[in-house]
Parts: sequence; C-alpha cells; structure tokens
Amino acid sequence: MAAALFFYLFAAIAVASAVMVISARNPVHSVLFLILCFFNAAGLFVLLGAEFLAMILVVVYVGAVAVLFLFVVMMLDVDFVELREGMLNYLPVGVSIGFIVLVDLALVVGSWATDPASVQARGAPTPEGVSNTEALGRILYTDFIFYFQAAGLVLLVAMVGAIVLTLRHKQGVKRQSIAEQVARRPATAIEVVKVKPGQGI
Amino acid sequence: MNEALLTLLFFAAVSFGFMSGLLIIVAYLLWADRKIWAAVQMRRGPNVVGPWGLFQSFADLIKFALKEVVIPDGANKGVFVIAPLVTASLALAAWAVVPVSEGSFLGLVEGKWVIADINVGILYLFALSSLGVYGVIMGGWASNSKYPFLSALRSAAQMVSYEVSIGFVIVTVLLCAGSMNLTEIVRSQSTGLGTMLGLPGSFLDWYFLPLLPMFVIFFVSALAETNRPPFDLVEAESELVAGFMVEYSSTPYLLFMLGEYVAIVLMCAMTTILFLGGWLPIVDAPPFNWIPGILWFLLKVIFVFFMFAMVKAIVPRYRYDQLMRLGWKVFLPISLFWVALTAGVLVTFGWAP
Repeated sequence: MAAALFFYLFAAIAVASAVMVISARNPVHSVLFLILCFFNAAGLFVLLGAEFLAMILVVVYVGAVAVLFLFVVMMLDVDFVELREGMLNYLPVGVSIGFIVLVDLALVVGSWATDPASVQARGAPTPEGVSNTEALGRILYTDFIFYFQAAGLVLLVAMVGAIVLTLRHKQGVKRQSIAEQVARRPATAIEVVKVKPGQGI
Repeated sequence: MNEALLTLLFFAAVSFGFMSGLLIIVAYLLWADRKIWAAVQMRRGPNVVGPWGLFQSFADLIKFALKEVVIPDGANKGVFVIAPLVTASLALAAWAVVPVSEGSFLGLVEGKWVIADINVGILYLFALSSLGVYGVIMGGWASNSKYPFLSALRSAAQMVSYEVSIGFVIVTVLLCAGSMNLTEIVRSQSTGLGTMLGLPGSFLDWYFLPLLPMFVIFFVSALAETNRPPFDLVEAESELVAGFMVEYSSTPYLLFMLGEYVAIVLMCAMTTILFLGGWLPIVDAPPFNWIPGILWFLLKVIFVFFMFAMVKAIVPRYRYDQLMRLGWKVFLPISLFWVALTAGVLVTFGWAP
C-alpha cells in the first residue's frame, strides 16, 4: 500500500520533471529538473530493493556529473532566438533520424526472445541470504571480472586521450614548486654581502 | 491501515524529537564555535545574552526570523528561494541514518538508536553530503550577481574535488569493517588492533590508529567539504564579500547558516563513527562503561567539533590553486595507495571480514 503510493509519487514526479527538462525555457532550470528526475529514479530503485544502485545513482550522477553539467550550462551564454532560427531547415533531417531510430528500436525489441529463467530472476533481484551490495559485487568482481576490467581500461584510455589532447604547458608562466620552497635553507637562500659605504652593490 | 498510520505517526514523533535535540545541540555548538574562536584571539566572544552568552544563538534565531526577506529584482526568484531550503533539508535529512547509540536505556529504547537503519547507511551519508553543493550553486547562480556566481563556481569545483578523497577514505574503512551499515561499522571497532595488543575493548581498537593517515585525510577533507576555514574560499570575504550568501537576508540566510552548521556536525559525527568508535567507551571497564553510549557519542562529536573550531581559529586560509593541488595531487594518490595497501594487508593476513 505504502510502496504503491510512493511508486506513483516517484514515477509521477520523474515523468513530470522529464517533461520539464525539455520544455523549460531556461537551460539551468532544465538541468535542475534533470537532477530532480535522477533523484526520483533513485527513489524507484530503492522501491525495487536495489538500494546500492540508488545510492550510486545519486553519488555519481547527481553528485558529480550533474554538477559539472550545471557548471557548464551556467557559464554558457546561449542566445536562444538565434538558436531557434535555423530550426525549420534542420527539421526534416531530425525527424528522419528520429524515425530511423524508432524503426531500429521496434525491430530490436520485436525480435527479442527472453529466456524464461531470466524472467524469473527479474522478480527477485537479490539472491536469498545475500545483501544487495554483495550480490552486485559478486557479479562485477567475480563472475564478470574480465569484462569489468576491460571496460575500465577503455575508460582509462579515453581519459588519458582527453588529457593528452588538452594539456598544454604554457611557457613563461611562473609556477609554484612546493617541494623546492620547502627544501630552501638559509644557506642557499640568503647571501651576505659586505657593502662599502657609498658604493652600492 | 490504522496500524500503518500509527507507525507513521510514531516515526514522525521520533524524528521530530531527534531533530529538535539535534538543533539545540547545533545551537550550542555554534555558540561554542564563536567562544573558542574568541578565546584563541583573546576576545570575550558572545557574552551578553544570558549567562556567558548562552542564549546568543536563540537571540540570533529570533533576529533572523523577524527581519525582512529581501529578494533582489534581477534574481531568479524560484531558485533563489529553493536554494537555502535545499541546503538545510539535505543536511537535516542525512541525520536519519546516523546511529547515536545501541542497547536498551531505561526500557524506553531497545536495540539500535537510529531513525532509519538501512544497509547502505554510509553511502546514503556520502550521497547526501555530495548533494550539499547544490544549495551553494543554486544560491550563487540565482542571485544574478558577480560575487555569488564566482563563489558558486569555486565551491562546485572544491566540493567535487574533495569528495573523491572522502570516497576513498570511506572505502578503506568499509574494507576493514565489512559492512556499509553504520551500526555494524561501529560494532566492528570493538575488536581490532587493541585486542591484538592485549588491551581488548579499549580506544586502541578504533580505526583511527591503524588508519591514521586516512583519519587525517578525512578530517582535512571534511573541512574542505563543509567549506570550513582554512578552506572557506567560497565565502572568502577579502575576495568575494560573503560568497554565495551576499544577496541573502533574514530566514533564507538563516537556513544557509543552519544547513552549513548541521553539515559540519554531521561530518563530526561521521568522523566519530568511522574512526573514533562511535558510542564505544574509551576503555570497556568500570567506571567508563557505566556512562551511557549516547554520552560517549556526544563527547566524541564535541571533541571533533572542538578540533574543527581550533583549526578555524589557528590556520590561515588556503590559496585556491593550493587547495586544488592538495586535493588532487596529495590526498587522491595517498588515499588510493592506502586503499590498495589496506586491501592487500587484509587479504595477506586473512583479516578480511
């Protein structure tokens, strides 16, 4: 009873905020509604018994990714009137791409054959006697460790690539080397000069 | 149906009681913060309202509540009003999973002393503390003013950076405790290093000793995460006036302030639970174990808060690039290394729970 009530609450807010994401005029409002949507999705996960997934959704998407989203969107100075000008020209292309994706999805979902065993497994997301987190950990780090590590490597390569492409050391900029500062001693930093009166150095 | 309603009412009553207790403690910690700060600077601090200024926080509350709410003309009104609410309610919501003691007390409470005993308690705390940044960003952006906006950008970068090392510190503790439930984490600290050394049930069992570097990193990161000095670049008055709060007045300002302090006390409680053995007495022998667990918990939280206050009084403010360097180039590698080391040691000696 209470679970159903909360399901409809979370689901309704999630759908409503998803609609607001695309219909809000201000892009910052869109991102804020997106965050609300994530939040309600996390609530739905909790209702499903996937508490770990719910928390990770909040930590990763709401706590980190959406912050960066918001960060970028706030600093963008987009002129929406200008952006909407070419809309009619691009409309046919956009609609045709959307249609193709729809057909693709229909074909894939239409020819989907589900193993009856997996349908049963879906009803009980967590195996008996094992906590949600433990079950996920077993799948990720024991059963499918190779795929997990491979995915991690792909991400690492992408990260290294992004850094290599953007990292530039500007010449002629003064930088602070903390180790050098700490290693300074009076003997190397101070020079005692005897100056004769009226001569200067 | 009636039973469900009764349970709901019971939970509401317990939550309300817990929250009022928490807010009163926060009011006095705020007073203590100002007193300690003043004492270090050889001032008197608040000393007018009530004996030793004890009612200062309540006088401030009344003052804030009675002032006029000013919303700037150019502000984005909805977001401007929601931002302080987000800060305050997130900070208070996090306390739902904090266990303050265990066992029976005068037949009133049994078992765990916590409002919501969830399996992933520590993750919940981590998630909510990472959401704290939204209040700051939203407030800074909605003010539609230069300094608050700069402050919001700073705080976004700062809080996201330090969450990374906090995450790794939490992972190390989880590896040792073998559970994400906060009560279980505290329980796992009743045996440990001290038991191996022949002093079972003492403070040597707590995680602060075997994980000392992580304890230090967590403490410093907690300062940065809650925008406490020396990492209060979000409201560095010499650069940004009052940071994201420039345009706020009256009750919205009060909510920001309240949320900030509740989050600070939450961080103190997290330090207590993760490293200082929660409600466990320093030595499990009379007369120490006659003192109820909740008092131990409170004492430890106050001790950590005292350290927070002393840091505020003593340490000068960081420069922004040094702050980022500390987070990414010092804390991140050390904590990552320590996670690997802890995992290795636990597996090698067969201590993994």
